[in-house]
Amino acid sequence: MALDKEHLQYPRRRYGMDHDRYAWSLLSRRPPVQWPGGAKLALWINVGLQFFPLDQRGKPFAVPGGMTMPYPDLRHFSLRDYGNRVGIFRLLRALDEYGVKPSFAVNTQLVERAPYLLEKIAARGDEILCHGWNMDSLHYGGMEAGEEAALVERSLAGLRAFSGQPVSGWLSPARNESEHTPELLAANGIRYFCDWVNDDMPYPFRTAAGELVAMPLSNELDDQFILLNNLHSEQSWQEQVCDACDYLLQEAGDDGGRILALNIHPWLLGQPHRIGKLEAALDYITRNDGIWSAHPGEILCAWQAGQQNTDN
Amino acid sequence: MKADPGFYDYWPYENRPRIQWPGGARLAFWVAPNIEFYELDPPANPFRKAWPQPYPATPGYSIRDYGNRVGHVRQMEVLDRYGVKGSVSLSTALCEHHPEIIDLCAQRDWEFFSHGIYNTRYTYGMSAEQEREMIRDSMATILRHTGQHCAGYLAPALSHSELTLDLFAEVGTELGGDDAGFYTCDLFHDDQPTPIHTRSGKRFVSVPYSLEMNDTIAYVVNKVEPRRYGQMLRDNFDRLYREGADSGTVMCIPTHNYQVSCPHRLRAFEEALEYITGHSDVWVTTGREIARYFLDHYYDQSVADIAARSEGN
Repeated sequence: MALDKEHLQYPRRRYGMDHDRYAWSLLSRRPPVQWPGGAKLALWINVGLQFFPLDQRGKPFAVPGGMTMPYPDLRHFSLRDYGNRVGIFRLLRALDEYGVKPSFAVNTQLVERAPYLLEKIAARGDEILCHGWNMDSLHYGGMEAGEEAALVERSLAGLRAFSGQPVSGWLSPARNESEHTPELLAANGIRYFCDWVNDDMPYPFRTAAGELVAMPLSNELDDQFILLNNLHSEQSWQEQVCDACDYLLQEAGDDGGRILALNIHPWLLGQPHRIGKLEAALDYITRNDGIWSAHPGEILCAWQAGQQNTDN
Repeated sequence: MKADPGFYDYWPYENRPRIQWPGGARLAFWVAPNIEFYELDPPANPFRKAWPQPYPATPGYSIRDYGNRVGHVRQMEVLDRYGVKGSVSLSTALCEHHPEIIDLCAQRDWEFFSHGIYNTRYTYGMSAEQEREMIRDSMATILRHTGQHCAGYLAPALSHSELTLDLFAEVGTELGGDDAGFYTCDLFHDDQPTPIHTRSGKRFVSVPYSLEMNDTIAYVVNKVEPRRYGQMLRDNFDRLYREGADSGTVMCIPTHNYQVSCPHRLRAFEEALEYITGHSDVWVTTGREIARYFLDHYYDQSVADIAARSEGN
């Protein structure tokens, strides 16, 4: 028994990464980032507005949070819909109460399914990111390139037309990508995307169609990851968020501006027994000095302004 | 295939020869940061998939890269505060990919031991010659980049063959005599060091690493809440410390800095470190030092005790 000889060959064993997408860099060695007004911690709360189709294809895998039962899986279909009907209004009230301005990552199919909600969202003036077409329209390796190009174009066009916003941010469903996704995003006017979870700060990401910025939207602090994947308690979600806030504030004091990025979902935190934990976390965070509640596009601009200064 | 790998004989925990660590310490405490490199597009091993999704597996790859870009330095600052030198379980290709991290560890006089070349290259399906070559490459890489003879081994992604320990011991002897290749972290059968049989008859030991205290097992497999993990670490310490009064024990915290050094988890780890290192009679040390001390002071009498008990005396 033996493996093919390629298993003991290492063609990308070299300085830096084993691919050309971005430069290797230690966070601790980068120049300190300054936020507007001398803030220490940018607070970015991203609300996912999602549609999980009942007739899930699950290609190439069943999306986490999607249907798990034989068709028709009414329990999961309707419980996800709960977020867009009920939970989101609790979330908005809580965010507004604490003066926190969120961004919304929207599945474009919601434009036709829930126009009332999307009009409310668009009227708020908060930043809207594209979250793909729906949660069962995954971008994945091996996907036919033309099919993915059409999916990206359709998703962006629908959201831009409805919202009147340029929509320059992207979050892939399940954060999954094909080998072409970054190129397609750059070619379609996207400036930043949030799929890669390898940093706590933005960094430049190369594509053949121009540069993107990878924005850090923690998956480890995502409510779906903590509550649904890890089955942690609501209380623990709150503790983890508050501990992260403390740690990042302290690191920001030493090393320059940081970002506390929370990805949340109305079908989870919008439940009556969970909303209080979101409120408690927001209360805790916003009591600190040096918190800058910001849209991701604003965080990106502030970060990029600093990069231009330090590149010279 | 074998029903038992035959690495060690049954040796009950009670009535063993008493171990005392240096200075009369009751517990040897070590932290093993796994500093790993996962490839985005490794050759597909026929027995184990590297990633669940088709290439590119962005979620799994990028969170592991977080450990390298963000996590290790955070953990270094915490370990510095409590006087802990890491024993690095190293994907040795990281010496080429990220030499800055190696330098930061070397400045702290940390130990480096082999965790294979990449954590996406599994031992499964390798011939003995291939595995020997992989192990040799990894140990030679550590020597070339750090000047250290590699003393310990944790197989890449805990993927083994029946010959893994034999090959590691033998390559160690070839490269560094008795200074290299003398302990393994791959076995979880005990809370004290134990002698291990290898076919070359080398004086070779298992040093307790831990799956139970391993942050990735706790956080990813068992999905433990951060504060509970901190409590588990303290409870584990309390009992081993108490028993260490009778005969010295070993506690290891294996870590992965894409887990333990996330902003919402580092506090639990730091509180546990503060608690553990706040006790007297704790020998805060490295895997190599534990193995070396056991070999020098307790190996022979342990072998004799095991033999005597096996004979039913």
